[in-house]
Amino acid sequence: MMNLSTFFQHLTNGISLGSLYALVAIGYTMVYGTLRLINFAHGDVFMMTTYFAFYGVATFMLPWYVSFILAIILTAALGMLLEIGAYRPLRDAPKISIMISAIGASFLLENLAVVLFGGRPKAFPSVKLLTDSIQWGTVSIQKLTFVIPIVTIIFLVGLLYLINHTKTGMAMRAVAKDYETAGIMGVNVNKTISQTFAIGSMLAAVGGIMWGLKFPQIAPLMGVMPGLKAFIAAVIGGIGNIKGAVIGGFILGIGEIMIVAFLPSLSGYRDAFAFIFLIVILLFKPTGITGEKIAEKV
Amino acid sequence: MKQKKTLLTVISIVVLFLGVYLADQNLDSYKMRILNLCAIYVVLGLSMNLINGFTGLFSLGHAGFMAVGAYTTAILTMPDVVKGQNFFMVPMMKPLDTMHVPFFLALLIGGIFAGIVGYLIGAPALRLRGDYLAIATLGFAEIIRVVFTNIQSVTNGALGLKGIPESSNIWWTVGVATVTVLFIGSLINSSYGRAFKAIREDEIAAESMGISLFKHKVLAFTIGAFFAGVGGGLLGSLMGTIDPLMFRFFLTFNILLIIILGGMGSITGTIISAFIITIGGEALRFLDESMTIGNLVIPGISGLRMVVFSALLMIVVLFFNRGIMGTNEFTWDRLFAKFGKKPLAKGGSKQ
Repeated sequence: MMNLSTFFQHLTNGISLGSLYALVAIGYTMVYGTLRLINFAHGDVFMMTTYFAFYGVATFMLPWYVSFILAIILTAALGMLLEIGAYRPLRDAPKISIMISAIGASFLLENLAVVLFGGRPKAFPSVKLLTDSIQWGTVSIQKLTFVIPIVTIIFLVGLLYLINHTKTGMAMRAVAKDYETAGIMGVNVNKTISQTFAIGSMLAAVGGIMWGLKFPQIAPLMGVMPGLKAFIAAVIGGIGNIKGAVIGGFILGIGEIMIVAFLPSLSGYRDAFAFIFLIVILLFKPTGITGEKIAEKV
Repeated sequence: MKQKKTLLTVISIVVLFLGVYLADQNLDSYKMRILNLCAIYVVLGLSMNLINGFTGLFSLGHAGFMAVGAYTTAILTMPDVVKGQNFFMVPMMKPLDTMHVPFFLALLIGGIFAGIVGYLIGAPALRLRGDYLAIATLGFAEIIRVVFTNIQSVTNGALGLKGIPESSNIWWTVGVATVTVLFIGSLINSSYGRAFKAIREDEIAAESMGISLFKHKVLAFTIGAFFAGVGGGLLGSLMGTIDPLMFRFFLTFNILLIIILGGMGSITGTIISAFIITIGGEALRFLDESMTIGNLVIPGISGLRMVVFSALLMIVVLFFNRGIMGTNEFTWDRLFAKFGKKPLAKGGSKQ
């Protein structure tokens, strides 16, 4: 029987998983908003961060906070490189070509990771300060469970400020609305799109590091499932909408944990829930819960 | 003229099977295995090209249809004893454990099941467009895989099926590939095929010309799924072992690579690139293994082969996005025109 404290434990677990999905989902939604492209490689960018952070601590013996910050910067650079190499040359090509390029980039990153880092899982460095547990009556909860949502909220507030109250953010909104017109009005479109990728990748990097702390086993294919689920979260929330992506992330994270907690006999189907959810949303409300209707241009 | 071309087609098929006979007599089993794989990838590539290349529906659910075909064929052809050995964790569901049918029938049933699944997925999902369709079909394929991992009494779950009778040989694979080429070739040149291409070029224009979008999309999707199922069945019986992990997105990626390299919307291109990718994949195997030059040993890096493949896909998309053939086809008319023996038929090379 489920009592209040186990319910609370599941809820906090769901919230922290949801925060991680939300951080990654923001990257998908920002790129989709700007380029109308599903950045299939976003999950692999997320995976690369964990390796950057791992090598920073394990090989270069850096203190964890230096290594994490370096990993975030490197990931932002990787995101920009990805856009310049794989998407910019195809900006005016048919949509299918860009999507194939995205799939190719995703596989390239995964296989490069296998070659460079080895296919065997590695142990992510543990940070005592964050991964310790605290006792609360009979319940023991990892500090990380609280750290993750707090960090997510801090970054979200920062992002919303950037988007709504700075010049860079205004340029991003303009490019997302219509990049050709934005270009005519004097916005540097290439620079703005690069910035979008850098910010999206940075948030994925923050998510990746916290993911590594929470599930301390990193492998070249670890980004695939979280990536797909974060994308689903972005669709649930209405793609192109940052607040929607966060809401979608929480719905998916809490939903996933709760379904497994309440119906343990279905836990084998855990990975299928997200997809079933996605398909139901796509069929009945394709613009997501906050999305606006987009008229099709002929 | 028409009779002559039919005769030429028949002659080339006879020559093809003569070649198969000679290969069967002379080549070792490793090379035969590669040839088998080439033929299977022709079937799979064509089935995906029908959906993605000819009808313009960007579907990423191929691995799911293949899984349905492969499992159906395997379950229907495995002998009782082998089934007993496989299902030691959970016994197999009742009527299935003693059920078997001949290989051909099993392939056909596998294809039909895959077609039914394709229809059930397509009917709702094909209302979506572009990247939404891609992600929904990808999701369906993942759901099929998760379900197959979990229904242990039917599929043996994550353990997979071992000891599938290796009934497929070069005659089966090349035979099925030939039938697929002829079927899809004539489908593409029929009124249905023209409707498919019209939908690919412009949905709204096609609809206003009176083409039923839903009917044709679902038709292309179902036929594609059918052939994917047959291809999956052949692949399973060639490998002898299948498990749900085989049918990850990675498999779809391989087939996608074939149709992109060959040209989206070209049968000839798909056939050529199925051979290039399969043989190239084997030839590049040295990258993963260690090499010895003189007394210098270069350790192989496992996974490098896949790096080459993904880089290849990116290069094709970025620089040669029409692939080898674009949307062109090999036809007799084209061949005659090339060698200047006969003038082109009225209306150009396409029939």
